[in-house]
Amino acid sequence: MTFLVGNGSGFSGDRVDAPIPVVRSLVASGLPAALFFETLGERTVALAQLERRRDPEAGYEPMLERLLEPILADCHRHRIPILGNFGAANPPAAARLIARLARRLGLPNLRIAVVEGDDVMGQIALDQLPVHEADGSLDMRHARLVAANAYIGAEPLAAALAAGADVVVAGRTSDPALAIAPLMNHFGWAADDWERLAIGAACGHLLECGSQVTGGVFWDPGFKDIPDPANIGFPIAEVTAEGGLVITKPADTGGLVDFRTVKEQLLYELHDPARYITPDVVLDITGCHLEQLGPDRVAVHGLRGHPRPETLKVTACFEGSWLGEGEVSVAGPNALARARATADVLHRRLEMRGLPVRARLDLIGLASVLDSDAGTLWRGYEGPEPPELRIRLAAEGADRDAVDQAAREVLALLCCGTAGTGGARWRVTPRILTRSYLVLRERVPTRFTLRTAEEMAA
Amino acid sequence: MSAMKDVPLHAIAHARAGDKGNRANISLIPYDPAHYALLAEQVTEARVLELFAHRGATRCTRYDLPLLQAFNFVIDDVLEGGVNGSLNLDGHGKTASFRLLSLMVRVPA
Repeated sequence: MTFLVGNGSGFSGDRVDAPIPVVRSLVASGLPAALFFETLGERTVALAQLERRRDPEAGYEPMLERLLEPILADCHRHRIPILGNFGAANPPAAARLIARLARRLGLPNLRIAVVEGDDVMGQIALDQLPVHEADGSLDMRHARLVAANAYIGAEPLAAALAAGADVVVAGRTSDPALAIAPLMNHFGWAADDWERLAIGAACGHLLECGSQVTGGVFWDPGFKDIPDPANIGFPIAEVTAEGGLVITKPADTGGLVDFRTVKEQLLYELHDPARYITPDVVLDITGCHLEQLGPDRVAVHGLRGHPRPETLKVTACFEGSWLGEGEVSVAGPNALARARATADVLHRRLEMRGLPVRARLDLIGLASVLDSDAGTLWRGYEGPEPPELRIRLAAEGADRDAVDQAAREVLALLCCGTAGTGGARWRVTPRILTRSYLVLRERVPTRFTLRTAEEMAA
Repeated sequence: MSAMKDVPLHAIAHARAGDKGNRANISLIPYDPAHYALLAEQVTEARVLELFAHRGATRCTRYDLPLLQAFNFVIDDVLEGGVNGSLNLDGHGKTASFRLLSLMVRVPA
């Protein structure tokens, strides 16, 4: 028997109408299915924690109600459980929102599970753990901790499903765990069945970024065209008890699934292809090969699994420095010379004022995202005169006022700049710095609570 | 010997970039499996490292996946601090795949 796993979002900020055709397709299939939402980037949980400090009922995915409202009743009626890390820094508050939504939609019996244990701030002395990865600019002497969360695996999520949850609200989980959990629960896969769990991990990895496996960040007009890019269908995986894995998407949507989209996503954010580490299994894709079964249907073969690591990754987020950004534009004859002169004058102004910031200048339209902090590419540019350019200053420092003053130097160019300078924008934003550690998994106990929407009203 | 011509990688292959901290990975996938060997020979770790030298890249490792007909390049210290510390507009380095695709390769004319 085949089980379907659908994905409704690939990050916080994804298209909010994406889940609708996925659920329509899951329902039409008549097969047992689950739907998952991945909305938590590395720093998202820290930004959510800052929101929660401001408002105790905030700190979860801000688009949660918009994402769930159109599909919650259908999922409940057809027994399609929903899982998500959309609880972010405040899973209980996210669950309360879902309960209110369910009551409003006439679903008082909706069973909502809250999985906790990922938030280890104050639970574990981080300074005694081995450091896994760290931002180079992080000065631990002055660092103020905002959030510390372990990437937990699928087991507590699967347990919540086994207990009858219709919606599983989690905070930090590994992304693939959101797909592994319903597969473990449905097929009864053991937590040490590495070959089966590898299928689940690959399923989760391929689906966790939503449309990235169905044509998103893939289409390249004239080279890699996709149908209807305004309406890309989010992915659905067909998984069998024996470990078959097929990637597809809803009918009547845009985008496509073929060798090219699946290969790009399979290798996305992957380093050693023999060791893609998740809390549930280490996935090995070195023997992987693909088979196109039909339009928008690709089978993934040859996956292998190795035992899961004894440790979990904990990412700690710290209040960092401030980032100031300012931009102005120039256009028309001699734009390149005016842009270069503008960049030089901004450097000179920061020096003159002695502002304690680290700065960078880009000439957007010539070289920016591919360039270095030193501006190697735009300084060395010898091509034709561009029709217009945007000059961008980025300045970072510990002193918010100094950073703001640096960004305002760009604004001042509206009067003091070269001829025809316009379109100024500037802003200052806080930065979050991260450091990750490895912690023995037994030091991160997890638990879940399960209540109906009606019970949660009491 | 047949005639050869120089083309950007973009003409014969596609790519996607991802990040983890200050390390980027870029997949490289030929449209035509017949080009796999040509890419293995010409798109070396040294050439890719050179392409990102201006960003301070310190090391490039290429993983070959012949069954999948794809390569995975892992480039260390290329993101100028990564998404949290970088002053680059694209701190994730998502656009870096197209710098790789600008690399010139020699193919049969």
